[in-house]
Amino acid sequence: MDAEQEVTGRTPGVDVEASRRALAGIEPTPGVAKPDPILVADSVTRTFGGLTAVDVAHLEVQRGVITALIGPNGAGKTTLFNLLTGFDRPDTGTWSFNGTSLGRKPAYKVARMGMVRTFQLTKVLSKLTVIENMRVGATAQRGESLLAAMVAPLWRSQEKANTDRADNLLERFLLAEKREDFAGSLSGGQRKLLEMARSLMTDPELVMLDEPMAGVNPALKQSLLGHVKSLRDEGRTVLFVEHDMDMVRDISDWVVVMAQGKVVAEGPPDTVMADPAVVDAYLGAHHDAELTFEEEEKILAEAEAEIQKEAQGHE
Amino acid sequence: MAIALRRGATATTALVLLGAVLAALLTVMAGSPAHAAETRCALVKPTDDDTISILGRICDRREKPPVAVPGVRVTVEDEAGEELGEATSSEDGTFVIDLPGTSIEHLGKSYTVVLDESTLPEGTKPEITSRTIDINLDNDQTVIFPIGDAGPAKPSKFTEALQLMVGGLVFSVLLAMAALGLSMIFGTTGLTNFAHGELITFGALVAFFIDRLPGRIEVGGTEITVIVGVLGAFLVGGVFGWLNDTALWRPLRRRGTGLVAMMIVSIGLSLFLRNIYQYFAGAQTRNYSQYGAVEPWEIGDILLTPKELTVILLGVAVLVLTTSLLQFTRLGKATRAVADNPGLASATGINVERVIGTVWIGGAALAALAGALLGVTQGFDFQLGFRILLLVFAATVLGGLGTIWGAIVGAFVIGLFTELSTLFVDPEFKFVGALLLLIVILLIRPQGLLGKAQRIG
Amino acid sequence: MDFNELLTGSLQQALGPTAVVYCLAAIGLNIHFGYTGLLNFGQAGFMMVAGYAMVTMSTIWGQSLWLGVLVGVILTVILALMLGVPTLRLRADYLAIVTIAAAEIIRQVISAAKFSDDLGGQDGLTGFIKPFRKMNPFDEPVGIDGVVMWSPNDFWVMTVGWLLVVAACLITWLLMRSPWGRVLKSIREDEDAVRSLGKNVYAYKMQSLIIGGLFGALAGFVVALRSATVGPSFFATDVTFFAYTVLLIGGAARVLGPVAGAVIFWFLITVLDIAFGQMTAGADPIIPASIMDSTQASLMRLIFMGLGLMLLMIYRPQGIFGDRRELAIDGR
Repeated sequence: MDAEQEVTGRTPGVDVEASRRALAGIEPTPGVAKPDPILVADSVTRTFGGLTAVDVAHLEVQRGVITALIGPNGAGKTTLFNLLTGFDRPDTGTWSFNGTSLGRKPAYKVARMGMVRTFQLTKVLSKLTVIENMRVGATAQRGESLLAAMVAPLWRSQEKANTDRADNLLERFLLAEKREDFAGSLSGGQRKLLEMARSLMTDPELVMLDEPMAGVNPALKQSLLGHVKSLRDEGRTVLFVEHDMDMVRDISDWVVVMAQGKVVAEGPPDTVMADPAVVDAYLGAHHDAELTFEEEEKILAEAEAEIQKEAQGHE
Repeated sequence: MAIALRRGATATTALVLLGAVLAALLTVMAGSPAHAAETRCALVKPTDDDTISILGRICDRREKPPVAVPGVRVTVEDEAGEELGEATSSEDGTFVIDLPGTSIEHLGKSYTVVLDESTLPEGTKPEITSRTIDINLDNDQTVIFPIGDAGPAKPSKFTEALQLMVGGLVFSVLLAMAALGLSMIFGTTGLTNFAHGELITFGALVAFFIDRLPGRIEVGGTEITVIVGVLGAFLVGGVFGWLNDTALWRPLRRRGTGLVAMMIVSIGLSLFLRNIYQYFAGAQTRNYSQYGAVEPWEIGDILLTPKELTVILLGVAVLVLTTSLLQFTRLGKATRAVADNPGLASATGINVERVIGTVWIGGAALAALAGALLGVTQGFDFQLGFRILLLVFAATVLGGLGTIWGAIVGAFVIGLFTELSTLFVDPEFKFVGALLLLIVILLIRPQGLLGKAQRIG
Repeated sequence: MDFNELLTGSLQQALGPTAVVYCLAAIGLNIHFGYTGLLNFGQAGFMMVAGYAMVTMSTIWGQSLWLGVLVGVILTVILALMLGVPTLRLRADYLAIVTIAAAEIIRQVISAAKFSDDLGGQDGLTGFIKPFRKMNPFDEPVGIDGVVMWSPNDFWVMTVGWLLVVAACLITWLLMRSPWGRVLKSIREDEDAVRSLGKNVYAYKMQSLIIGGLFGALAGFVVALRSATVGPSFFATDVTFFAYTVLLIGGAARVLGPVAGAVIFWFLITVLDIAFGQMTAGADPIIPASIMDSTQASLMRLIFMGLGLMLLMIYRPQGIFGDRRELAIDGR
């Protein structure tokens, strides 16, 4: 359905079909090496107080395909996103993008390298119009330097080109009608669309979407799915966090499962969904055995102790 | 409903308990009144006017208790050595020299008080013949010239440090009380309250008006007017806090007013209240009718007045009590839960508005108590709270905004640092030092000493 | 009541040198707060550093006021850098507290008795104004006869001051319609989003702090020229708060907001001041002395101002000319 859509920007000669085929022969075990990884992370850990939020031994993300990152709440998916994109600093670990190490690189530099993210709680610029939101996304703007800013002729032509590109994207993401509206007036789903479209203004190689479907009404979901697929089809790599299993099964080429900060499984969608380790991760190890009264008490006491510890850690 | 009632009851009990401890401790203060025997060395009462006076006494310390030395000539000189005034010690050994002009002219200057040795009675030797004082507050200044066997001419740095610690501790506990209120209000509502200083001044004013009511309040022959005033400040301060929240902040929260907007509203409130205070109380520095001049105890080389000790003990007791309440009672736990995550707290059945209301009452009561006690220890004017507001902020930010222990630790760091820094720098720079310390700590540890780092996303 | 005096006096203030000072200070705050969302509560500190720099170059080193202005500009930039480095990575309220503290540090150090030989202590400094007044083309009072009049010196300061305001507004307009200004506004909305798009948020905030601080520096220069003296009382914490009020009256994130705000603010403040002054003056005042004496009357304008700031923020936070949808200050 997206085959006719305009393919813009950097399409670094990725043969999508080849990339997908390359994944076929890979053994579905956690931390397995990929034939052409765009993103590689090694022993990345992050703790908050006593809680280990992320503890990833090894992870590779294949170029040119859609990789889903799934796991129960609190598995550390968003924290991992923050770490990889420079929004948070890990306690240990190294990670690289296209072979360049990203350790201690600030978030804006990571974004400039072509690795752009969206947020779980959508971050649109409410008091700016939709088209202004889009324009902010464009990179290397001459008019963004203080001295050139005051001399409009220096940046006007570039601004025009960026606006054209933005209008094309708005058209594609069905937001053209909202062009002059304040972004704050958009619905939740439209905000997700705007955020995604805006991130494309930076012309990224790797797009990282944090729960793109959360809070989106079912009618919009299908079109969003199409958009994510179209990203891959124009040669970009997609890594996304999602809870909606139908979506994961529908569009992803590869699935990585996290639980309690660790990568517990990865593989093609069908294989992973059938993996008992994944079912355990989602429903907890005790899901099939009835809890005895003592066990229940014990679990409650543990939870209580943890809350206490947490509370003390705050003071 | 039953839970809500019980929680309300806990709050009431806690407040009553706090009040009781307050009353008990304040009587300690009354237990050591400054009554002067005829031959004993008296203390001068500060003059209640706009000018600064140098007050002093000359005592012969070889006698126990020390006796007054009358008829000694004393002069005050400015930095250029020019004589500004003189006086002769009276029968009770005291003297008063009014500095000419208004208090503003003298602020930040330093004067030397010189004893004329030739006018001393025969056979006596002064331990010290001149003292230099810095005028930093528009209060009267007191100097003491002990007469007797020549002691060490200048106290050692260590003694000086210990002496400064006394003042530092007094300031710290008062700062901590004020900071605790600010921090709790910030923690539960997110409001950076620039009108918190006015809650402090409010306490000093309430105590003052109670003190000024005609008649005196006595219990068993001991006058306790000011003690009642301080207690009154605590209670009325709590009511004022409730009023603040109910009339202004709660409706604003309901409207969904942003935090920055609320911060600016608090600036307007601060300006409004400060000028209302000046409207009704005037601009001059005020002192209460009691404890203006209390005879200090000499412990080793250190002077400690009963009121300083009382304030320290009372302050520590109040802080311990408040933190215990927050730590162990249901309401305290609820408060910390709200501070941590209001949405979650609300979802677990905690009545967030009730918690915030209680925090406002408690926080404002603590601030008012701090204000009244500041008034007791150093006098006050309508700007009392506004002047120390920055130090209160410094204390809370230093310890970690919104944390309970952070506010207290921060207050002690700031309070002691302020006083002890005068060992090395000019006293006029002591606030500067404390504020610089704040900036340096934020550079090293942005979340404050005890705060936790924030998570993004 | 003498309505003529009321009108004359108020107009004189509303367009006079003091309104210029607050207008320039508020233009700076508009860059900081209105466009970037930075809570700078230390604008008085920027003003003070610049004002004293200009004056001391003349009084201590005997240099020209022009060199003083240059030094003032350089010191303002240094101050912005010093404040920005520790705080711009922190939350908004930290910046507020640190800037207000820094302004107080500056004020206490400059007014210290220890440095009074060079900096004049509480009394401040004078004796630098001659070269400025020599350039004054006006030699008699200027104004509209019977309505409002200014002394030649005041009118000279006003001329220079309002020209500076025009320049400052022009610069603000040029900057804010550019992609640079768009980044600032985006930072105000959500700095993490801007960061995720590859912009160096920290650098933009720093530039904003410097530019807004420089407008504050202009205000500091005008303070010195207006009064022919600089003293610590011109740069108290409340000065910053007044400047915020000026900004909020006119409307934050509007190029001309501070101009309208300054004129309206000083008009209203002076009306209140003169009105209450008149009502409490004389042998048989309208308001009996037992209710309000003349000292208390002088407080009324500040009481009303505090109240006004609160009501403005609650009921019309976008100011008089602001657009509510585009309002800078909201639920964060």
